[in-house]
Amino acid sequence: MRHTIAVLVENEFGVLSRVVGLFSGRGFNIDSLTVAPTNDESLSRITVVTRGDEQIIEQITKQLNKLIDVIKVIDFEPENAIEREMVLVKVSAEDESRAEVLRIADIFRAKVIDVTPKSYTLEATGTPAKVSAMVELLRPLGLKELVSTGPVVIGRGAKGWKG
Amino acid sequence: MKMNGARILLECLKREGVDTIFGYPGGTVINLYDELFSFKEIRHILPRHEQAGVHAADGFARATGKVGVAIATSGPGATNTITGIATAYMDSIPMVIVTGQVPTALIGNDAFQEADIMGITRPCTKHNFLVKDVKDLALIMKKAFYIARTGRPGPVLVDLPKDVQMAQTEFHYPETVEIRGYKPTVEGHPKQVEKAVSMILHAKKPVIYVGGGVILGNAAGELTELARRLGIPVTTTLMGLGSFPEDDSLSLGLLGMHGTYYANMAVSHCDLLIAVAARFDDRVTGKIASFAPHAKIVHIDVDPTSIKKNVRVDLPIVGDVREVLLQMLKVTEKPDESRADIAPWKAEIDGWKAKHPMTYQQTGTVIKPQYVIQRLRALSDPDAIVATDVGQHQMWTAQFFGFTTPRTLLSSGGLGTMGYGLPAAMGAQAAFPDRQVITICGDGGFQMNLQELATIVQNRLNVKICILNNNFLGMVRQWQELFFDKRYSSTCMELPIDFIKLAEAFGATGLQATKVDEVDEVIKKGFATPGPVLMEFKIAREEKVLPMVPAGASLTEMVLAS
Repeated sequence: MRHTIAVLVENEFGVLSRVVGLFSGRGFNIDSLTVAPTNDESLSRITVVTRGDEQIIEQITKQLNKLIDVIKVIDFEPENAIEREMVLVKVSAEDESRAEVLRIADIFRAKVIDVTPKSYTLEATGTPAKVSAMVELLRPLGLKELVSTGPVVIGRGAKGWKG
Repeated sequence: MKMNGARILLECLKREGVDTIFGYPGGTVINLYDELFSFKEIRHILPRHEQAGVHAADGFARATGKVGVAIATSGPGATNTITGIATAYMDSIPMVIVTGQVPTALIGNDAFQEADIMGITRPCTKHNFLVKDVKDLALIMKKAFYIARTGRPGPVLVDLPKDVQMAQTEFHYPETVEIRGYKPTVEGHPKQVEKAVSMILHAKKPVIYVGGGVILGNAAGELTELARRLGIPVTTTLMGLGSFPEDDSLSLGLLGMHGTYYANMAVSHCDLLIAVAARFDDRVTGKIASFAPHAKIVHIDVDPTSIKKNVRVDLPIVGDVREVLLQMLKVTEKPDESRADIAPWKAEIDGWKAKHPMTYQQTGTVIKPQYVIQRLRALSDPDAIVATDVGQHQMWTAQFFGFTTPRTLLSSGGLGTMGYGLPAAMGAQAAFPDRQVITICGDGGFQMNLQELATIVQNRLNVKICILNNNFLGMVRQWQELFFDKRYSSTCMELPIDFIKLAEAFGATGLQATKVDEVDEVIKKGFATPGPVLMEFKIAREEKVLPMVPAGASLTEMVLAS
């Protein structure tokens, strides 16, 4: 099963490689990974999308917690979390397909961020499902390049991760 | 007071109570060695290879319970420590390894003797640190020792660039340390402890399965008291040997691949398995699907990742093993009237013991290795420390020595490192100059670190070396005999070595036994001779370690001694 896990870590040299090395060394999957500093400058937040049965996910969260530089691990339940990713998509747009690309962009509230006589580059944000739906509609029109941030996730409600 | 980084490092070691270190000098630690030259509070032992230095620090740590300390220079010195660090990591041994590093300005430039030791050791240390600023050094050392010795212990590496050793700053050693991402659980959850005790009291066929954590956690006394109070049979892993006296009638000895018939039968038929600071290694469980198939499992461990990693667990208790056992002792203070009757279970186990006791045949004049192990036990001091290498002799030692005291067996269990025995014995002897320290090796493993004969002679570390010589890499040969149609591919050592001359070349005494009636004489003479002694026993070449559970088979599918 797919899990989105947030890992709060010390914002220090080498921490990312400890986390990534743990996944590769123990044969856990990484579907996507994002990392950036947080409002607390001493902390970075890593969001990992991974897959595995209950026992594997339990091992992943325990092993992450075991790392000295890891401060908190949150395995989000989908119903209690909001997940977003952003994609930048360069898609062929010539003659009749130019209008179609714009229609699709409009439906998904994507922005045109670059344009040439032969292409549009779109920026879209949303749940992984929404973003993927848009990409699938654009694919037959000629997808030249796609770059994604991978999902980030935050809990619902008034409380921050510290409670 | 202002001092340089090198001096600060030594002051930190002193404040952590370190009196002995094992290290090898080189270009990027030359400043450290210069400070060491006049630093009289710390004894430095020079091994002949960095790997052996780390194994010695490991043996020192296992024998004493203190944090072992090793030093190496950058690049090749640092990479030579890896096997030693990985050995300690797999067996959760508290150690601090300090490596020199090229000056900070050169890091990443492929400088002379540069290696990315932080990257290399990340997967085989509990944690590692690169010191970039001398102002951080004291706090990092405090953290390194704290991390190494607390929770599930392990090796911590500190990479110390040459310029940081030279830089000056004020020295303050912090009294305490707080690491927000590291808070090991000490006390077991009281409700879980009560539940565990209730499960134990209602079990009809309970078995206690003890791992090395009981020794590392200094909980052998508590474990023994609990087992005796409740009358529950105890089996131990290789790492757990010594945590429960093997001469106690409740002892089942070793379990697993080369465990006793009765331990494996007991685990396979029990209705409750109480795992105490053990981690269900594949050499213990055999085929997971048929491991303890009738049992509920209680698992006590300080490391949450050990729980449910390999086997299902019905009741986990996370905590320091000694604390948890003390909690259990408190809950079981008053006898429980509703206690299940386990007498029939003990009778069943006694039946297994009678049916297939641990045995071997010593016939003729050819020396059987098991006989040597038994004679070593009989003729050595009761508190003798035994360091083994890895292979057949290690299993024979585990099966036939009969350990009764914690920290008297030093052995590489998890990583299975050949070459471990001699340097580990050297470390233990440095810690306990007046105790008898014996290393039991095979002829293969001994040759992996035989250069340390120089270290033990030079430093008057009077290790008694026993080589069980079958001129084979015996354990692999045994597998080839059983599973590869006796195709002895590269396991015959062929060249006969004159171990007596070898010992003498280093200034040690060499003795040899080739017939069974010479065994006692050699051991007695070896123990009586002052200084390091190498005793070679020419053993039956194709003797096997039995019983044996073939890899991947169930514990009940044992090949037994005839």
